[in-house]
This record gives sequence, structure tokens and C-alpha cells, in this order.
Amino acid sequence: MMKNRSKKWMITVVVGMLLCLLVPGLGFAADTIKLGVAGAHSGDLASYGIPSVRAAQIVVDEINAKGGVLGKQVELLAEDDVCKPEVATNTATKLLSKKVDVVLGHICSGATKAALGIYKDSKIIVMSPSATNPDLTQSGEYPNFYRTIASDDAQAKLDVDFALNVLKLKKIAVIHDKGDYGKGFAEFAKKFLEESGKAEVVLYEGVTPGAVDYSAVVQKVKQNKAEAVIYGGYHPEASKIVTQMRKKRMKTIFISDDGVKDDTFIKVAGKYSEGVYASGPKDCSQNPLNIAAVKAHKDKYGEAHGAFYENAYTATLALLNAIQKAGSTDYDAVSKALKTEWVETPIGKIRFDDRGDAIGAGFSVYQVQNGKYIELK
Amino acid sequence: MDWNYFLELFLGGLTRGSIYALIALGYTMVYGIIELINFAHGEIYMIGAFTALIVATVLSMLGMNQFAILICAMVAAVVYSCAYGFTVEKLAYKPLRKAPRLSALISAIGMSLFLQNYVLLAQTSDFLPFPSLIPDFEFWEPYAHVISSQELVILMTSFVVMVLLTLLIKFTKIGKAMRATAQDKVMAALVGIDVNRVISVTFIVGSATAAIGGVLIASHIGQINFYIGFIAGIKAFVAAVLGGIGSIPGAVLGSFVLGWTESFFTGYISSDYEDVFAFMFLVFILIFRPAGILGRSETQKV
Repeated sequence: MMKNRSKKWMITVVVGMLLCLLVPGLGFAADTIKLGVAGAHSGDLASYGIPSVRAAQIVVDEINAKGGVLGKQVELLAEDDVCKPEVATNTATKLLSKKVDVVLGHICSGATKAALGIYKDSKIIVMSPSATNPDLTQSGEYPNFYRTIASDDAQAKLDVDFALNVLKLKKIAVIHDKGDYGKGFAEFAKKFLEESGKAEVVLYEGVTPGAVDYSAVVQKVKQNKAEAVIYGGYHPEASKIVTQMRKKRMKTIFISDDGVKDDTFIKVAGKYSEGVYASGPKDCSQNPLNIAAVKAHKDKYGEAHGAFYENAYTATLALLNAIQKAGSTDYDAVSKALKTEWVETPIGKIRFDDRGDAIGAGFSVYQVQNGKYIELK
Repeated sequence: MDWNYFLELFLGGLTRGSIYALIALGYTMVYGIIELINFAHGEIYMIGAFTALIVATVLSMLGMNQFAILICAMVAAVVYSCAYGFTVEKLAYKPLRKAPRLSALISAIGMSLFLQNYVLLAQTSDFLPFPSLIPDFEFWEPYAHVISSQELVILMTSFVVMVLLTLLIKFTKIGKAMRATAQDKVMAALVGIDVNRVISVTFIVGSATAAIGGVLIASHIGQINFYIGFIAGIKAFVAAVLGGIGSIPGAVLGSFVLGWTESFFTGYISSDYEDVFAFMFLVFILIFRPAGILGRSETQKV
């Protein structure tokens, strides 16, 4: 009898101890809202990805200081995908295994597309500050996807209108880097040019990224007497092409996308970058929220913020705001909040349409003047 | 037929080819002597470009004249790359000289990755602007729309380097020793040639040409990053195989053929398939001449 009782007592103690161990564990897991940040944090295109991590960090620090979201602290989990689709799927899996609630990312369209399916299966909302491939929203395949940047066709439309109506060009060469992003942009540019009937596409070609030189393509542009090149792709190739054109004494106008609207382009192409046009997110530097966001970056990191910083800042705000309004991290509730609740952000007052594109965000054309991108009104 | 356009493409291909040739020479010389494909060779080219960038930045801060900067940067790049080439051989290939050839090949790939990541960590992953060290010549201005001053300098420098290399191999004592070692290592050692020294010299000479190529092309293109050696290295390797690996005139010819193929296909057909055409051409040549254009087909010694 005595023996039996002591055994029961022992079991109670052991179970009690186990429960004690378990409780803080559970408590900790439920205590934070986990925000994943995925994108290129190293490699060639790190200059597009790092600003989004910093933006998320700044927003999260601010919100946590004010007591967090739904009374919980927000935890940031950054994962690198180096902008490669094959790495991005691993990045997504890694974030899921860490039980993220929502994801800010990815940065490049190709990587985003590769990762989206994985998030979709686990019902995780993903918001990219920079992936502009039209299909991501327009195909309707990814209801879990949102973005705070306008898509490529919007950008191509703007660039083409600018070339036709402002610059009044008649002969245009369209060149791209064969990547998801560059080619998508170039295809739309070509389509809009042809539909307009105002200008002729004299050349439509892809170049190999990283090639030793582009003199043959440059000669071809000259041979076809193109007045301007519309280029879809990123800054490393753009600066090579512009430099080679200028060295060959060609005055051909160069118009490109927001992959080129990056200060690295000006730094690398130097004096040859003068006069280059590139479209990029609208300049909102007069918006008080934007001024605060830019200042926060300067104070924390001691340097100017890079590409897509405002979009990432906006995305972080939009995601956390939606969770707050939805009252939980439940997929359906947050989706509904994203689509119905307006939120004040550095790029203006936005909400999302049914496909996941931001209403209220847009592009403008910029030109390099005296070593700086200046917005053209 | 538009001859002016043809000429421009021809010269563009020639410039491209001469850059490939400067890198391909290193591949083919090393292969000729120790039958190793030195995959780290492209990285030596990249290190040359980085050294030149660092030296040029420091010197231009001191306000030296452009031509002096070019010479100093070039010399520094050559010295640095030679030191790397020499060390890579001593560390990664010499201990494996008696091992199966595959081991040395893996060691070469490892070295390539190591050097790439070393520069990535020690320098940066960003693209860096490379100053245009070669000035725009005024007397050349009327022709600049056909071929720029930079391309002209690249062509002439490569030509001089190739002539010097030929003289070195044909008429000097070390050149003779190199040819002897390439033919038969054991016999060369028996007649008193220091084979280890010959191999070191081969790596040094190969690295020097790669470094010159690195400085010239970086100055022409105006940007570098840690990854430039990989693509340039692969293309130069293809050129060396096309010409017949192990043969020095073959490497030069192969490089020009590859440069022209890319340039003309891009110019007359489409740059979408530039690489496809280049490699199709390689396959085509290798079907008819398995040892490359100028390569000797050796019967395996049993």
C-alpha cells in the first residue's frame, strides 16, 4: 500500500516536471509573431535584398517598442536566397520549418516564383517589395501573393509612352538579358510599341549576362539605326552596354527598368550613365512617413538606403497592420484585411486588389543628371 | 553586303578573340606540360584585375598621370598573379603530380572555388567600377566609331604578348626546356632539366598573360566582380580545346575562331543564341578533328 502510493507520487512529480518544461516552451512559441524576410542578402544582387532586411528591422523595432502586434513582439527571421530560384525553394522550406507567420520577399521575380508554390501549400502570405513579373499576380495561381511594387507591364507601358509621346522616337531596339524579369519587361515593351503603331521595333534580342563584351550587339543596334534602346534587365549588363555604345561614339538613347534604377549603375557606368532613362517606383520623398523611414535608416546604419527600401518598409507595415486588424495570423482573416483595410505608408495610402497588386503605388521615369537619378514630371 | 558592318563585326570578334587568347594560352601551356586542366586559371585572371583596380585607385589618389598608372597597375597585376599562379601550383598540384589525373582536376576545381570565395570575402560581392586606364587617343578619334582606342590597345598588346611568348618558347633556354618537358618528362629530367622549375615557370608565364588580359578587359568593360573569371575562363578553355589543347598556336587560332563565331552569329543572326552557336561550332569541329584544329592526335601509349 505504502509502496503504491509513493509510486503514484513519483509519477505525479515526473509528469509535473515535464509539464513545467513544456509550458514555457509553448508560451514562447505563441508569444511572438514571426516575420520571415527572404531575398538576396549576398552575391551579385545583394544590393537589392539588403535594404529589405533593414527596412523590416526598422519597422519591427519601432512596432515592438510600442508594444508589438496584438500584444505580441514581432520576431524577424532573415533567410538568403541569392536571387536564385533553385536556392529560393530551400529558403522557403527553411522559413516554414521555423514556423513563420508571414513572409516579406522574395526580391527577384524568378526566385519568388519558385518559392511561392511552397508557401501556397502551407497557406503563408508572401509580400514582395520588388518582384515585378506580371504573371505572379495576373495568372491567379498564387492567391497568397501580394506586392508593394507595380508589375512590369505597368512599367513597360510607362517607358513606351515616354519614348513615344515625350521623346517622339520612331525606331527602337528592344534588348533583354533573357532572365524572367528582363525578358518579361522586354516582351511587354515590344507588344506596346507594336500596338501603338507609332514606332518600329528594329531589333529584338537577348544578350548573355556576364559575357566578356557586347560589342556585336552594340554594332547591331547601330546597324539598324535605332534611335533608342529599351533594355530589360539588371544594372551590370546595362552599364556594359551603355559604356560600349558611348565608347563607340553612339548617342543612342537608353531607356530601362527599375533593375537599372539603382545607384550602383551610376557608380559603375560613371560618366557614361549621364542621360540614361530608367523607370522606378514613384518618388515619395515629400511624404512625412517616408521622411521618417529614410531618417531611421540613416540613423541606424549611417548610410543612404538602397533599392526597394520604401517598398519593403511599406510591405512590412502592411503585413503587420493586416495582422493587427485581422486580430490573428489566420490566413483568411489576414488576406481579407489586406484587401479591405487602407494603410498609411511611405509610398502613400495603399490597399491591395483581388490579385494582390497594391492600389496606390506606381512608377515614374527618372533620368541620370549630374550623377543622380532625377524624377521627370 | 555591307562591308563596313562586316568590318566592325570582324574587329569586334578579333578583340574578343585576343582576350580569350590571353587566357587560353595559360590553359594550353599548362596542359601541354603536365596534362592538367587548370580550372583555377580564370580566377588568376580575376585576381589580376582586382590587383590592378587596387593599385590604380591608390595611385590615382596620389595624382599620377594616367599612362604611368596603367603601367604600374599592369606590372603589379602581373607580379601578383604570377605569385598566385606559382603558389597554386606548389600547394594544389605538385603534391598530386603522381596521383591519378582526376585528383589533380578536382584539386583545380577546388582551388577555383577557393579563390573566388576568397576574393568575395576579402573584397566585396558588388560590381566595382574599374577606371578606364587606357585613354581615348585623339589621333584615333576619326576611327573611334569603328574600333575604340581601348580595343586597339587590347589588340596590339595581345599581339605583342603572343610574339614575345613565341620567341620565349622557340629561342630561349627555358623555352627549349619547356618543349622538352612537354615531350617527355622523364627523359627531360634524365638529361638534366629541372622539371619542377620548368613547371613553375610555365605557371608563372601563363598567369602573367592572364593578368594582362584581366587588366585590359576590365579597363575596357569598366566593371569587375569576383565572378568574372569563371565565364571568361570557361570561354577561353573552349577556345583552347577548339584550337587543340596543348598547342600554343592552336590556342590563339581557337580563340580568334571563337571570337569571330560569336561576333558574326550575333551580328547576322541573333545574340539570343550566341553561346549555342559557339558551342555548336565546337562540337562540329571536334567531330571532324577530335584533337582540335591544330592538335596532334596522339595514340595512347600502351
